[in-house]
Amino acid sequence: MHRLKKIFATDSYIVPLVAIVMGFLVGAVVMLIGGYDPIAAYSALFKRVFGSPYDFGEAVREMTPLMFTGLAVAFAFRSGMFNIGADGQVLIGMTAATLVGIKLSGLPAFLLVPLAVIAAGLAGGMWAGIAGYLKAKRGINEVITTIMLNWIALYLSNYIIRNFLLLQGQNRSQDIPASLSMPFLNDIFDNARIHWGTAIALCAALFFYVYLWKTKQGYEMRAVGLNPNAAEYAGMNVGRNVVKAMFISGAFAGLAGAGEVLGVFHYQSIFAASPGYGFNGIAVALLGLTHPLGVILAAILYGMLTYGAAGMSFGADVPPELIRIVIGSIIFFIAAQGIVRWVLKPFYLKRKKEKVL
Amino acid sequence: MDLQTLGQLLNTTLVFSTALIFAALGGIFSERSGVVNIGLEGLMMFGAFAAAVGGYYAQDAGMGAWAPWVGVLCAMAVGVIGSLIHAVASITFKADQTISGTVINFLAAGSTLYMVKLFFEGAGETPLIEGFRKVSIPWLSDIPVIGNGIFNSYPTTYLAIILVIVIYFVLFKTPFGLRLRAVGEHPSAADTLGVNVKRMRYIGVMLSGLLAGIGGATITLTTTGTFAHNTISGQGFIAIAAMIFGKWNPVGAFGAAVFFGFSQAIRNYVQLFEWSRSIPQEFIFMIPYVLTIIVLVSAVGRSSAPKALGEPYDPSKR
Repeated sequence: MHRLKKIFATDSYIVPLVAIVMGFLVGAVVMLIGGYDPIAAYSALFKRVFGSPYDFGEAVREMTPLMFTGLAVAFAFRSGMFNIGADGQVLIGMTAATLVGIKLSGLPAFLLVPLAVIAAGLAGGMWAGIAGYLKAKRGINEVITTIMLNWIALYLSNYIIRNFLLLQGQNRSQDIPASLSMPFLNDIFDNARIHWGTAIALCAALFFYVYLWKTKQGYEMRAVGLNPNAAEYAGMNVGRNVVKAMFISGAFAGLAGAGEVLGVFHYQSIFAASPGYGFNGIAVALLGLTHPLGVILAAILYGMLTYGAAGMSFGADVPPELIRIVIGSIIFFIAAQGIVRWVLKPFYLKRKKEKVL
Repeated sequence: MDLQTLGQLLNTTLVFSTALIFAALGGIFSERSGVVNIGLEGLMMFGAFAAAVGGYYAQDAGMGAWAPWVGVLCAMAVGVIGSLIHAVASITFKADQTISGTVINFLAAGSTLYMVKLFFEGAGETPLIEGFRKVSIPWLSDIPVIGNGIFNSYPTTYLAIILVIVIYFVLFKTPFGLRLRAVGEHPSAADTLGVNVKRMRYIGVMLSGLLAGIGGATITLTTTGTFAHNTISGQGFIAIAAMIFGKWNPVGAFGAAVFFGFSQAIRNYVQLFEWSRSIPQEFIFMIPYVLTIIVLVSAVGRSSAPKALGEPYDPSKR
């Protein structure tokens, strides 16, 4: 029994690692087919990320919203739901932070900044909560409601910015005085836009872990996620758990919005289409095996790859879109673990004869 | 608003609905067989890309009016190939279907743009091609409003409407349809009766790739004329919504797709209404999505997905 546990424990990180290597190999093959040099491309990618303090700082900036949206999607997943709506929740979070940041700008910073952040989290949570409520009360598939809510969020945010917060003659809001920037780190990293959001994201991951695995409420939530019928039979209130899970999930996404407007841009744009945060969040959650630690690591990897992809196109002339093929392949190999196990089989058989694959 | 504009509005509605109808029908095949297909977006992207490239080369080769059809054929082929990735992962390797569907979206977004840059020397989009021309059906197109609205449209629109009826018939009136649905409702029972569960699911997923591919092709060949990063932008997800909205039934999905198409078309005409000028445009854009939620809450009620949807079939677990 003990031995069996050990095998599963090693397995849980060997499979993703092999999947990552295989994903890079697929990317290399695609580059070779296209007539590019994969070694030059990958080294340009890593040089872009680690080449200068500024670029490294910007890569960290890139990772931060991915951590939040990844956590958001993962949290919903653990509770048995598929949150396609992180995009809308990010937008609503942004708008709430911008609204509070501009309208209450008379307040001192130590009050204004936390208020704006809390507003963003609450707004994102309530936005996702709508989908949770409709699922709990009316059994309406959350996939369809979150897709609809994404579009509504896009237009609602644009409406609020355009009518209440517009910088005259521009397609964006006025400047937000509240700031999540970290001046001391910005100096170290050559004015890279590192902000407190990163620290908040790490706290959120910690909260995710403690809440789901160390509290009674979290246990209920996982139970509902694994088997709602059994949870119901055991006397748990499935509906309430669904709403709560969506609320927490949306709050994570809303915080991503706060980080983006208060930490990075210091204003909010009027978007013509979805900015795509939610889409990336799904990928990060899946890469991270919907575990908070995994999500953080996945966001780091994903952020590095997307930020470094631009370097790849400068350095080796490879279209940066290639990186999506790499990421897609990694997720594919993680999902279809059978393939990875099949690749690993000879190694396993040599080491442990008794392990049956 | 006069009758002629009404006819035009109907016409635009159908043009915008066509791609959604194809993709939603594709989704129905996949999900009725028990395989979630969140990858419709990516499959449409594959189709739109293949149609743009295939149509371009066919036009170059002097195929004239047949060139768009070559594009459609390419889209079908590429859609099926793309869907095979989903099928292999989720059916053979029993991967989580949501995840492997997401993979399709990622691979499609990456590989199509990668190939566009490869084929057309670093350009961000494919060259503009001519695409389909509208065909008016003699006699019927003379009927007021409906004539201009329905019977003066792209061949793909006619094809989509015909397919709704054909697929309804196939799903509910043929042995094949019965088997496909059985596999999605109760795979082990179907297996006991001698239905090859895996094969049926492969067919379901491949048909979804084929149809979503045509859906994507419709967009490049009738609306945009090129393929770029924003050509599909969420249409696949709307198609999923249409499928769920229509309760996994071809006719229902058709209705929902037309509803979404109408909501996209109405934007082009909304200035014609006197009353609408006082309403901020953002609220007008929101209407279809808000309305969808309201309709779901009030009328449709609990959605009835195929029972085995999302579960990999494992004969040893019976």
